[in-house]
Amino acid sequence: MTREELEQIANTERQSQASTAQKLNVCVAAGCLSCQSQTVKEVLEKGVARRGLGERCAVKGVGCMGLCSEGALVSVDQNILYKRVLPADATDMLDALEAGRPPVERLVCPTNTPFFQRQKKIVLENSGVIDPERIEEYIAACGYTALVEALTELTPAEVIEQVTRSGLRGRGGAGYPTGLKWSTVAKAVGTQKFVICNADEGDPGAFMDRSVLESDPHRVLEGMLIAAYAVGASEGYIYVRAEYPLAIKRLKIAIRQAEKLGLLGSNICGTRFNFRVDLRLGAGAFVCGEETALIASIEGKRGAPRPRPPYPAMEGLLGEPTLINNVETFANIPPILRNGGEWFAAIGTEKSKGTKVFALAGRVQNTGLVEVPMGITLREMVFQIGGGVPDGKNFKAVQTGGPSGGCLPAECLDMPVDYESLARAGSIMGSGGMIIMDETSCMVDVAKYFMDFCMTESCGKCVPCRVGTYQMHRLLETITQLQAAPKDLALLEELCDLVKHTSLCGLGQSAPNPVLSTLRYFAEEYKAHIERNQCVAGVCGQEVHV
Amino acid sequence: MTASANVKTFQINGRDYSARAEETILEVARQNGIFIPRLCELEGLSTVGACRLCLVEVKGSNRLLASCVTRVEEGMEVTTNSERLERYRRGIVELLFTERNHVCSVCVSNGHCELQFLSQKLDITHIHYPYRFPKAEVDASHGRFVIDHNRCILCNRCVRVCDEIEGAHTWDVMGRGIDARVITDLNQPWGTSDTCTSCGKCVHVCPTGALFEKGRSVAEMEKRRNFLPYLQLMRGDQNG
Repeated sequence: MTREELEQIANTERQSQASTAQKLNVCVAAGCLSCQSQTVKEVLEKGVARRGLGERCAVKGVGCMGLCSEGALVSVDQNILYKRVLPADATDMLDALEAGRPPVERLVCPTNTPFFQRQKKIVLENSGVIDPERIEEYIAACGYTALVEALTELTPAEVIEQVTRSGLRGRGGAGYPTGLKWSTVAKAVGTQKFVICNADEGDPGAFMDRSVLESDPHRVLEGMLIAAYAVGASEGYIYVRAEYPLAIKRLKIAIRQAEKLGLLGSNICGTRFNFRVDLRLGAGAFVCGEETALIASIEGKRGAPRPRPPYPAMEGLLGEPTLINNVETFANIPPILRNGGEWFAAIGTEKSKGTKVFALAGRVQNTGLVEVPMGITLREMVFQIGGGVPDGKNFKAVQTGGPSGGCLPAECLDMPVDYESLARAGSIMGSGGMIIMDETSCMVDVAKYFMDFCMTESCGKCVPCRVGTYQMHRLLETITQLQAAPKDLALLEELCDLVKHTSLCGLGQSAPNPVLSTLRYFAEEYKAHIERNQCVAGVCGQEVHV
Repeated sequence: MTASANVKTFQINGRDYSARAEETILEVARQNGIFIPRLCELEGLSTVGACRLCLVEVKGSNRLLASCVTRVEEGMEVTTNSERLERYRRGIVELLFTERNHVCSVCVSNGHCELQFLSQKLDITHIHYPYRFPKAEVDASHGRFVIDHNRCILCNRCVRVCDEIEGAHTWDVMGRGIDARVITDLNQPWGTSDTCTSCGKCVHVCPTGALFEKGRSVAEMEKRRNFLPYLQLMRGDQNG
């Protein structure tokens, strides 16, 4: 594959796309599929064929358009968006299309709202636009040009230089500078090197990585290829959780297509660069998102973390230097190389560059997937993009970072969303899950929920996490049953300190965060439970037997 | 060891020490008679850093480091004992006592138990977290040995010695979190195991009364571990 061949594929695809005047794009990512979007697509296809509109009208399946709560979503020519489309609505839509009438009003979703206007799409630029199961469409959208350019015109050091200059930080949660990680692996000595894509997304309420893989899998592959070239790796693994069958299916298709075009395999683009990618499916353990546990799992061992150092960059998979990045990090790489590191560094804040994809969930008007520049305030996220809390209820807290993160109250709403600010406030950026809670949520109950999660997901290797999370969960249970004594609160705080500072891996070290942040901002609620046997939100009190 | 062995000098508790670069803080401390508590580490076996009792403070690091897996570095300043470390160590041992059913007075290892010894050393007189009192199994199906899960602290020594020294890999861990437990083969009774060679190494590396020989009564089970350093020495570099 040369640059000319790539351009030829892109041009042929663009011409064939231009030959149909009208395009009906139906979202076929997991969210909309659960709202029968597959049937919608089939009915539309049949309708188009029956009416003989095939010449000027094309129906295709595309990735996620973001507003998952209003699915199934169908866009017409990129300017009309239909929401809550059911198979029965297809006739009306096609009638309007055929007669050249204005769109069906009851289905139109306004796109001039902050939810769409405030977004800046880099990772998601192709989501909802291209067919994720066709490599030609990705190539027509400038896909794989960054790879070809890197392989034919840049040295590995120059690639790393661009990534370093972009200021990109790991999107998996910890925010480690990507350029620094790449150069460490590039300098490490080993007989072989590996690149691993961490797609073991496990935070409750988070679905960014799934959406990227379902909507634009080639972007992740291209990012991995560029990374492999930069660090000198010849083999890669994508570790996807088995709960994402659609993402796995589309990744398999993408890998096969890329291999067919010579973009994966031996002598890529006629150079000496070889790279093979394999999938590994996670068997449902949250801790396997931790890099050393993930590597153990790929090696076929029990998914338990090991102490670091040595870091995977020095001794990773099979003891060899290993680069391990999150899906979203890899997805940021092709545009960075296409547009240059400076372009990316101009977006965002001083220390957090670029954009971040967030999954908005919980008590908010618009739930779904959004990509915003770093540094946007939480208030904008919740009230403008999210559309505020529904049913006239009052906002109470926003939870970021999943079970490793914390709950931030209304006082924190004007804080910018970046790695440092969130950490200072007692939460973390995390992988990008954002759960909004209103006054009907009890914060002690929320803390108990996350502790329950950590307790059941602890691997059991180290004592503080194994027994500590159990004890903390038990104390939180006593509090939510309104049977706790004041000394229980002191015990809880003591355990938080112990587990946070002595646990082996990130799971245990961050497990107390939901408790610590709620203790910090909602101490009054804990007091009410313990001293007055009262739950303000009316959630706690009864013992629930499941 | 080659003539150009890389030697590091550093401080433990304010005193100067030197050691080879591949040695860990815990090894150096042991050679010099500095006590650092630990339950999962055992000389002659690989290290896993699981019990978290050997955590030490290292100047310049904001994290506590497990001394069993942390190699010495030039100019390192290590503190093995502080009020904070003591508090954490007591907390971890207390958590272990609440996890299963550790009743010293009726235990075969009473008086010879590392957990018991450590709690005495750390002045633990009361456990102030609630006990779990789980229903744990006792597997006496093996002809010579017994595993009593009530006393197991999941240190993993049996798993490692069986795999690394005996080469049988009869033991492993199943389940996760608080439900994790050691198993023989594919979770079948020990007596029916096809891989167990009945060598008894697991019994003797076990720090508590979880693994013991049949016919031992209260306080009669003393563990003999001399074979480990000996085997390691005799096998030389074969196992690294």
